[in-house]
Amino acid sequence: MTLAKGSAFCVFLAILSGAVALISLRTGAVPISWREMVGGGDSVGSMVFQTMRVPRLLLGFLCGGALGLCGAAMQGLFRNPLADPALVGVSGGAALGAVAAIVLGGPFLSHSIYILPAAAFFGALAAAILVHVIATRGVRVDVPTLLLAGIAINAFAGAGIGWMIYGATDSQLRDFTFWSLGSLAGAGWDATLGCLPFVVVAAGLLAFRARALNALALGESNAWHLGVSIEGVKQAVLAATAFAVGAVTAFTGTIGFIGLVAPHLVRLAVGADHRLVLPGSFIIGGCLLCAADVIARTARAPAEIPVGIVVASLGAPFFLGLLLREKRARA
Amino acid sequence: MRKILGLLLLSTTLHAATPLRVVTVGGAVTETAFALGSGDVLVGVDTSSTFPEMARTLPQVGYQRALSAEGIASLRPDLVIVSANAGPPTALAHLAALKIPVLRLVAGDSLDGATTRVLQMGEALGREGEATKLVEKIASEVGARVPLAAHSPRVLFVMSLGQGSPMVAGRETAAAAMLELVGAQNAGNAIQGYKQFSREALVLLDPEIVVTTSRTLAANGGEANLAKLLPGLEITAAGRSGRLIVMDDLFLLGFGPRIGEAAQELATKLNEPSRRAER
Repeated sequence: MTLAKGSAFCVFLAILSGAVALISLRTGAVPISWREMVGGGDSVGSMVFQTMRVPRLLLGFLCGGALGLCGAAMQGLFRNPLADPALVGVSGGAALGAVAAIVLGGPFLSHSIYILPAAAFFGALAAAILVHVIATRGVRVDVPTLLLAGIAINAFAGAGIGWMIYGATDSQLRDFTFWSLGSLAGAGWDATLGCLPFVVVAAGLLAFRARALNALALGESNAWHLGVSIEGVKQAVLAATAFAVGAVTAFTGTIGFIGLVAPHLVRLAVGADHRLVLPGSFIIGGCLLCAADVIARTARAPAEIPVGIVVASLGAPFFLGLLLREKRARA
Repeated sequence: MRKILGLLLLSTTLHAATPLRVVTVGGAVTETAFALGSGDVLVGVDTSSTFPEMARTLPQVGYQRALSAEGIASLRPDLVIVSANAGPPTALAHLAALKIPVLRLVAGDSLDGATTRVLQMGEALGREGEATKLVEKIASEVGARVPLAAHSPRVLFVMSLGQGSPMVAGRETAAAAMLELVGAQNAGNAIQGYKQFSREALVLLDPEIVVTTSRTLAANGGEANLAKLLPGLEITAAGRSGRLIVMDDLFLLGFGPRIGEAAQELATKLNEPSRRAER
């Protein structure tokens, strides 16, 4: 039963991601023929395909995937379906780093496109490390303290962002506003390849933790009695989130909701087994973001809508609808 | 047929490389293209391009700091002219990678900046003659503005992007540069950039005249409401005399081809006697 359900789900994921990839590669402001897609060459169409469409699809998939995966891991760690990667301060730290680079970086910012992502990434990392250190007692990470420290660090980052905004010029303010709406518009091979190692490391850290997260669902002491290395799981989840979510946020800005909703969709479909939830959330998260991005860059072409807006305005009603249907089914 | 022949003739007599499909990004950039007589080669503009009316009918490439390379490329331009504010850098780099020429105009909210940009665009659009004439026109307009009365008035520039929270223009703003150009004192010079101001500080500045933009006024529901958003204003000289000057955003602050006209109009309005004294 579970096995059949699991393999059916895998087939569904494969078809879904294939379809999303194909639609994403085929749609955009510039019409691109099949010949230009596969044949290469230096026409505008094939150049757009090679330098924008493909890296953008990959970045969207990496980014949505990382958010979905880390969201699932976070929800497992906190044993709470409301948890998302922002909870441990990563998003707040990244936003503070980004706004600091925009406001204080001024003349340096134009020298390299990596300065802003680097600042955002180190902001995210610093926030996550701080939260981690505060919540560590001896060798043990106390999960409730982790939650509270995350809230405090987010509030502190919010204050820092406030100071920066206060000192910002009009155009810096608008830059930050657009950064915080999230967008894949900056996607090129450099951003995609910049994210890749961090997402790979995160996936590697979480790859063999599914059973441990399943055990953790029974409570820390029960999991310990089952022989699970609880502290190992905690460290892995925190490190993976800091790396992957920090890196993708650095390149795309804050994109909310996917980290929360992707694991829910997977659990609604196949239940709470993390062996399916973790990889499933990665793929569903990636598909969600890429699909939203297709709308973001075509709905008002040749202009573009920040993808974060699309994700939230389509995703939230969809998610609510699912919850209502679930409620009715149970009643 | 005659039209095509005419075009062919034009393209051979004019510059060999006169661009025929141009995207302009920035309100003043679009305005300048029209002022130089190149309005008919524009195939796309950004959201800040609101003047002339014709510009509003062209395809929109979005907000100037959040451009999409693919979106612009889909208009198949042979030249993209952007203001110094345009971005993100990756979008501009992508356009360059597609071998679409991108001209980035110089920055600077000053008369010099405005005329340099006109000349830069004239060269790029193959309209050097028109550009030189436009620069001369701007210079004569700025020169012909009415001189302010012996005492240069303290002027408070107020702007809000949305509803409420009016911001005062400090140093290093387009508004401050415009006030300097016509020889008025910027009352907000103690601060840098656009900032919210405390009521008491506003009273202390005691501005004689308030200048704002028509968009600010429209967003805040007219003159009466604007006064309410600036509590304390009623105690100042400007509040008592009711001297409020309203001008279009892009016209007053764009530092584009109409900078000379804007300077003339602002100077004339600054010289008008107070309304209440008239009554």
